[in-house]
Amino acid sequence: MKVVLKRLIIPFIIILISAGISEARQQEPVRAGTKVFTESVLLGELVTQSIEADGCDAELIKQLGGTQILWSALLDGEIDVYPEYTGTIIEEILADTDIRSIAELDSVLATYEIEMTRPLGFNNTYAIGMKEEVAGDLGIRTISDLRAHPELSYGFSNEFMDRSDGWPGLRQAAGLLPESVRGLDHDLAYRGLQAENIQVIDLYSTDPEIQYYDLRVLEDDLNYFPEYEAVYLYRSELETSIVESIRRFEGAISRDAMVSMNAAVKIDREGDSAVASRFLSERFGIESDVYEEEMWDRLWRNTIDHLYLVGISLGLAILFAIPLGVIAVKVKAIETPLLGAVGILQTVPSLAILVFMIPLFGIGAFPAIAALFLYSLLPIVRNTHSGIKSIAGPLMESARALGLPNSFILRRIELPLAVPSILAGIKTSAVINVGTATLGALIGAGGYGQPILTGIRLDSVPLILEGAIPAAVLALLVQGLFDLIEKWIRG
Amino acid sequence: MISVQDISKTYDQPVLKDVSLDVPGGTTVSLIGPSGCGKSTLLRIVMGLIEADSGQVLINGQALTPQNMLDLRRQMGYVIQSGGLFPHLTARENLTLVTGYLGWDREKETERIEELCELTNMSATNLDRKPDGLSGGQAQRISLMRALMLDPDIILLDEPLGSIDPLVRYELQRDLKSIFKKLQKTVLLVTHDLGEAAYLGDRISLMRAGDIIQQGTIQDIVSNPADAFVQKFVTAQRSPLEDL
Repeated sequence: MKVVLKRLIIPFIIILISAGISEARQQEPVRAGTKVFTESVLLGELVTQSIEADGCDAELIKQLGGTQILWSALLDGEIDVYPEYTGTIIEEILADTDIRSIAELDSVLATYEIEMTRPLGFNNTYAIGMKEEVAGDLGIRTISDLRAHPELSYGFSNEFMDRSDGWPGLRQAAGLLPESVRGLDHDLAYRGLQAENIQVIDLYSTDPEIQYYDLRVLEDDLNYFPEYEAVYLYRSELETSIVESIRRFEGAISRDAMVSMNAAVKIDREGDSAVASRFLSERFGIESDVYEEEMWDRLWRNTIDHLYLVGISLGLAILFAIPLGVIAVKVKAIETPLLGAVGILQTVPSLAILVFMIPLFGIGAFPAIAALFLYSLLPIVRNTHSGIKSIAGPLMESARALGLPNSFILRRIELPLAVPSILAGIKTSAVINVGTATLGALIGAGGYGQPILTGIRLDSVPLILEGAIPAAVLALLVQGLFDLIEKWIRG
Repeated sequence: MISVQDISKTYDQPVLKDVSLDVPGGTTVSLIGPSGCGKSTLLRIVMGLIEADSGQVLINGQALTPQNMLDLRRQMGYVIQSGGLFPHLTARENLTLVTGYLGWDREKETERIEELCELTNMSATNLDRKPDGLSGGQAQRISLMRALMLDPDIILLDEPLGSIDPLVRYELQRDLKSIFKKLQKTVLLVTHDLGEAAYLGDRISLMRAGDIIQQGTIQDIVSNPADAFVQKFVTAQRSPLEDL
C-alpha cells in the first residue's frame, strides 16, 4: 500500500510544483477576449493583430464565454479588451441603471474604470430582409414600405415570433397586416426564401447569409429595433499607445465589411485569423501575422491542456478527499455535515461552479482546476467513507484486540481494505472530470472543449468531433487504466 | 489471572448486572449460556473493547486504563468465531502484524512462527495463502497462532469453533485443550455448547440474562443445578444416541 501511495503522490507533487512555476510567468501581454460567435472572434482577432502590429505583445482568448463572463473578466483585469454591443451594455450589463445617451454610458462605465470606443461603424441588431430582386421589383426599401404589400408571405424565426420586441411589437409599430406569417427554423427560412415560398424574413443585420443569398436589408425607418452598435470595451489603465491601436477601428468597419468577413469565415470556411489580417491590410495597410494551427498541433495542444486540467484537479481531489473521507468516519460530529457539504457541491451545475470561480480565481486554467477539484471530491470522499465503514465489525475488533494503535490500524487495515472502494470512487471522479473539463474552454482553460466551442460556432461537425472523440477516448482510457489498477491490486 | 469485579453494562436494557468472575492463573473457565445472555459482552469488556458502566476488570492484578490499554491487550490473545483474519494479508502477514509493529526482527518472527506451527499442527505451506484460501479449521488455527504470537498469559476465545464442521471441531477441541494445559495459559472461553464447555473448562460459569447463576465444575452443575433453568439447560443437550 505504501508503495502504491508513493507512486500516486510523487508525480502529483511534481506536477503541482511545475504548475506553480508556470503560473509565475513574466509580464503579461495585453489580453483580448471574445464571445462564442464568429463576429466576436473576428473583432477579437482584429484588435489583437492591430495591437501586435503596433509592436506590443497581445494574446487572444477566443470564445471565452457569454456576456457575463467577459464583463467580469474585464472588471477583474483578466482580459484588457473585448468587443461588445451598445444594446447589450445598456440592456444586459448595466440593466439596473437608466442610461439615455452615449455620454451617460461613458460616465457609468468610468465608475468601473472601463472605457468604450466610439461605434466601430456597424449595427448588429434584428433586421428585416428580402431577396434583392424581389424587393427591387416591388420598390421596397424600408420597413414601412411593406405596408403596401400585404400579399407577401412572412417567415420568422421562432424566437423573433415570441419576443415582445420582435414580431408582435413590429407588427403594431409598423401597422403591418400580412396575409401569411409563420414561425420556422432560421436555416429553413433562408431556404424558403430561395424557393420563394416566403418573401420576408428576420435576420441579424450582419448575418453572412445576407451576402450569400443576396438579400436586401430593409431600412428601419421607424427606428423600431434597438441599436446594437459594435464597440470595444477596454480597461482605463491601458497605455495610450495600446488604446490607439484599439480606437483605430472607430467608424472603420462598415456593415458590408463585417458581413463579408462573417461570410468568409462561416460560408467560405476561411480561418478567423486570415480574414482579420486581410481586412487590416486592405483597410489600414497594416501587415499582421496570421496564425493558423495544423489539426495535429491543435489536437496535441488540446490534449496537453486537457490532461493538465484533469491531472491536477483529480490529483488534488485525491489528496484532499481521502483524508476527508477518513475524518468523516473518525469524527462522528462532522460525519453528516461533511458528507452533506460535498454532496451539495455535486448538485451545483458544473457550468455554475465554473462561473463562480471567476471572481475568486479569474479566468483560465486555474479557476477550471478549482471547479473540477470541487466536483471531483464527492465520489472519493463518499467511497473512502463507505469503504472504511463497511469493514466488518468483528474484523475491527480483532485489529483492536491485537493491541495496535488506531493510526497503525488505519494505515495497515482500514485503508488497504477500503482500497477497492476508494479506487472505484477515484475512477468515477476521473470519468466525470474528463467530461466536465470540456466546459473549461468556456472560461479560457483550453482543452478538448475548445474545438467543440469553435465547431458549434462555425457549425462544423468535424471540429466538434475533434474535441468530442478525444474526450470520449480519454474517458475510456482512464476507465481502463483504473480497471487495470483494480485488477493489479486484487492480485 | 483475570478478575472481573461487579461489572454492569446497559444498552437499551441491562446486559450485564453486577457480574463477578475469577479465572485463576493457569486454568480455563468456560462461560456458557443461551444467546443474548451477555457472555460475549463480558468477554469484550475484559478485552477493553467495550467500556463497562461500573465495576472493574483486573488483568494480572492491573486495572484497564486508557494508558495501559494497548499494553494489556498485548498480554491477552483473542480468538473469535469467524477467525477475524484480515483478508488482504496472507496468513503469515496476519501473524506478524503485531510483531512487525513492535519491531521484532525477521529471524525472531520466523522462529516463533515455526514453534507455533508445530504446536498447532499447522503446515507451514499454508502460511503464504490469504484467508480465503484456507479452510475453516486452518483459519482458526492461524487465528489461534496469531493470539499466541506474543506468548500472552491470557487467552480469550469467543465461540472459537462455532462455525467449524463437527469432525474438524472434534480435533480442534482436543488440540486446544492440550495447548492450554501444556502452556499453562489462563483461558476464558465463551461457548453455548455444554459439551465443549465441560471438555475444555476446569470450571464452568453459567449465565442467564446478564447474571451468572451458577459457577463450578461440570459435576457440581449436573448434580446440584442451582435452579430450574440450570436443570433445563443441562438436560437440553441432545445425545445422538437418545432415540436408539
